[in-house]
Amino acid sequence: MMRPESMSWIVRNLWLIPALPMAAAAVSALLKRSERRLSAGLAIGSMGISLVLSLMAFAEALADPARRVVTFNWMQFGDQWVQLGWLLDPLAAVMLVMVSFVGLLIFIYSLGYMAHDDNFTRFFCFMSLFAGAMLGVVIANSLLLLFMCWEVVGLTSYLLIGFWFHRPAAAAAAKKAFITTRVGDLGLLIGMVWLYGQTGTLLFYNSGAGCLERTAVAGMEAHLTVAGMAVSTAIGLLIFCGAAGKSGQVPLHVWLPDAMEGPTPVSALIHAATMVAAGVYLVARVYPLMSGSALEVVAWVGAITAIFAACIAVAQNDIKRILAYSTVSQLGYMMLGLGVGGVAVGMFHLITHAFFKALLFLGAGSVIHGCTEDQDIRNMGGLRRFMPVTFAAYACGMLALCGFPLFAGFWSKDAILHAAHGWGVSQGPFYLGAVGALLTAFYMTRQMYYVFLGQRRLAEATVSPAAVAAHEIPAEQIEPVVSARTGEVCIIEHPHESPAVTTQPLVVLAVFAVLLGFVGTPAWPWFQSFLAGESAGLDFGRFGEAGLLPLMAVSSLIVFAGLGLGWWFYGRKPILHATDPDALEKIQPGVFHALANRLYVDELYGVTVIALTRFCAGFAAWLDRWIFGGAVRIVAWMVTGVGWLDAGVDRFVVNGGFDEGCRDVARGGRLLSHFQNGRVQNYLRVIAVALVVLAAILLWGRRG
Amino acid sequence: MTPLAGCLLVSALLFSVGLAGALTRRSAILVLAGIELMLNAANLNFIAFWRFGAHPEFLTGLIFVIFSIAVAAAEAAVGLALILAIYRHARTSDVSEITEMKG
Repeated sequence: MMRPESMSWIVRNLWLIPALPMAAAAVSALLKRSERRLSAGLAIGSMGISLVLSLMAFAEALADPARRVVTFNWMQFGDQWVQLGWLLDPLAAVMLVMVSFVGLLIFIYSLGYMAHDDNFTRFFCFMSLFAGAMLGVVIANSLLLLFMCWEVVGLTSYLLIGFWFHRPAAAAAAKKAFITTRVGDLGLLIGMVWLYGQTGTLLFYNSGAGCLERTAVAGMEAHLTVAGMAVSTAIGLLIFCGAAGKSGQVPLHVWLPDAMEGPTPVSALIHAATMVAAGVYLVARVYPLMSGSALEVVAWVGAITAIFAACIAVAQNDIKRILAYSTVSQLGYMMLGLGVGGVAVGMFHLITHAFFKALLFLGAGSVIHGCTEDQDIRNMGGLRRFMPVTFAAYACGMLALCGFPLFAGFWSKDAILHAAHGWGVSQGPFYLGAVGALLTAFYMTRQMYYVFLGQRRLAEATVSPAAVAAHEIPAEQIEPVVSARTGEVCIIEHPHESPAVTTQPLVVLAVFAVLLGFVGTPAWPWFQSFLAGESAGLDFGRFGEAGLLPLMAVSSLIVFAGLGLGWWFYGRKPILHATDPDALEKIQPGVFHALANRLYVDELYGVTVIALTRFCAGFAAWLDRWIFGGAVRIVAWMVTGVGWLDAGVDRFVVNGGFDEGCRDVARGGRLLSHFQNGRVQNYLRVIAVALVVLAAILLWGRRG
Repeated sequence: MTPLAGCLLVSALLFSVGLAGALTRRSAILVLAGIELMLNAANLNFIAFWRFGAHPEFLTGLIFVIFSIAVAAAEAAVGLALILAIYRHARTSDVSEITEMKG
């Protein structure tokens, strides 16, 4: 390890990047509710500084791709010091820039989106805390530090999904997200403990002594455990459990679509761009631990997730839910990329996806805002005319997601499919991925037709004249019409384009969604080389590599086929009424309903895992109430009985005795006080009598 | 009858008269006079026992009595002052009416 003085300023102070947003969150937590500007300013300002620092870190990594670590002692634990630390390598640098940049854009977007919310201050507090924790995950050089930030990320995710906690659905979704990810985190925790037991350290890199470095990994690979697995494989799989929970991999994907109950910027930042990518990042970070068989599991889980979620997305009607399933599916692709191709392949898709999925979510937020909070795509249609900027940006994001040639998603998805095609173990994941790509193009086309193209369908929100006056809705957005049903004149509000603070982040993200892919094309694999610490040259000859161009042609064809199918079902005949059944529903109602009900995974969990849990909980409650509680109650009764007895003894025996004694003393006093009647002569008389008696006794005694 | 017995008899009579006065009189001043009589009976005894005792050549009894008379004078002064104070306070010097100190 280099001495700290010899490192550059940014490496030594890398901790500032997560610390600033966290500090902003801490300050905003103490602000009054009315301090909206200050809170938002703190969040955006700290995020801006973090972005600048991240860019400095990126430049540093660009100049010298060697990994640099800073460790410090945290606390003493027996006779050992637990060490934490941060590191800067190309992987962390890329993630830092991505998280802080997307985060900053989404913060700015939130200014417009959350402008009318009462809890604006709380929102920015949580968002800053989230961003800080996420940046902490990225730079952590210790699995323990990573885990701590990881859990803070999970906590803020819970808080933000349940941000509108007065809605029961949001509260339930928050709980579901928290509990489901906990299931995965249990695996991660066990893996972490095991790793510590095996290597005695949780630092990733520590000049040869870290747990991801050659000595430790070789030791773990040599060591076999249950079912002939190497210890490193087992630990890798346990850590993958945590990653699967966070990244919504089958079978722990159920929370992610429900997480869309949170505000849309939250969906964009946490549940599309950054937090769900944390799982992928974790796998990429501990990649040295992942041996062949662990990677096979990762690849298969990823491939299955990719196609599974894509199928479900086909039949959803909620604009955000479609995107949520699409996210699950894309996360599957990333895992597939990690499993079959390596860190660079998965991470490239992570980065491109972060931009275009944030774009899609923010676009969806803009649509929802414009349509007076309606999220059902059947009630939209024809929004292209009303929201041109949103439409254009959304189209860029949609084409990038589909993998339309030359858009960002094309290059990254193609790299994954190419790697899957060349995978020596099985061709299964490749075919699953290819079908998933077809479905992706199909459901995104469906969504575009439903939302932006075609004609406007019902649910033009009716507003009262008072509301028009109160909210100062511009005159061109409203139109008095005679209602066909009631014959009354009512005013309808057209969907409207969002304000500039909302649309400008969309435009910026759209530019990235189009162009970002060019940093990792086969001809100029700059991104991949950067992660590997090499430099890349421009060489179009690489397109000539075996099977690359045909594969690209095939994947383009798949995309075109998906778009064409979408047009065939939804574009050929315009969708006229919101109540019309879906085109697919007409052909295959059974399949459509199964997909619309998310293949009954939630119901399956309801009758298995949850029922079992409820039964166990009920049994435990019964045990607690009647066995343990009974024992406690019997003891309590016994103690009460003894107490009663004691009180009785006290009251009647002890107190009675004392009272009687006191009464006697008082009586005696009263009797004696008669003698002291204040007449001095009486006293004298008594003395005189006593004197006589004394004299008599003395005389008597003398004589006797 | 020996001279000592005669003296003791006189002193006993004197004491009894004093005691009767102290016990029966209602006026505080007369009670005080009764007490003085009893005191002087005691003084008479001192003198008699000294004069007819074993060592009349030492002046012990006489000195004792002189002290006693001096103390009695002081006591009478204090007693009269007290009686005056009580009289001012209670507007009476009847001892049977002054019962404020009763229990």
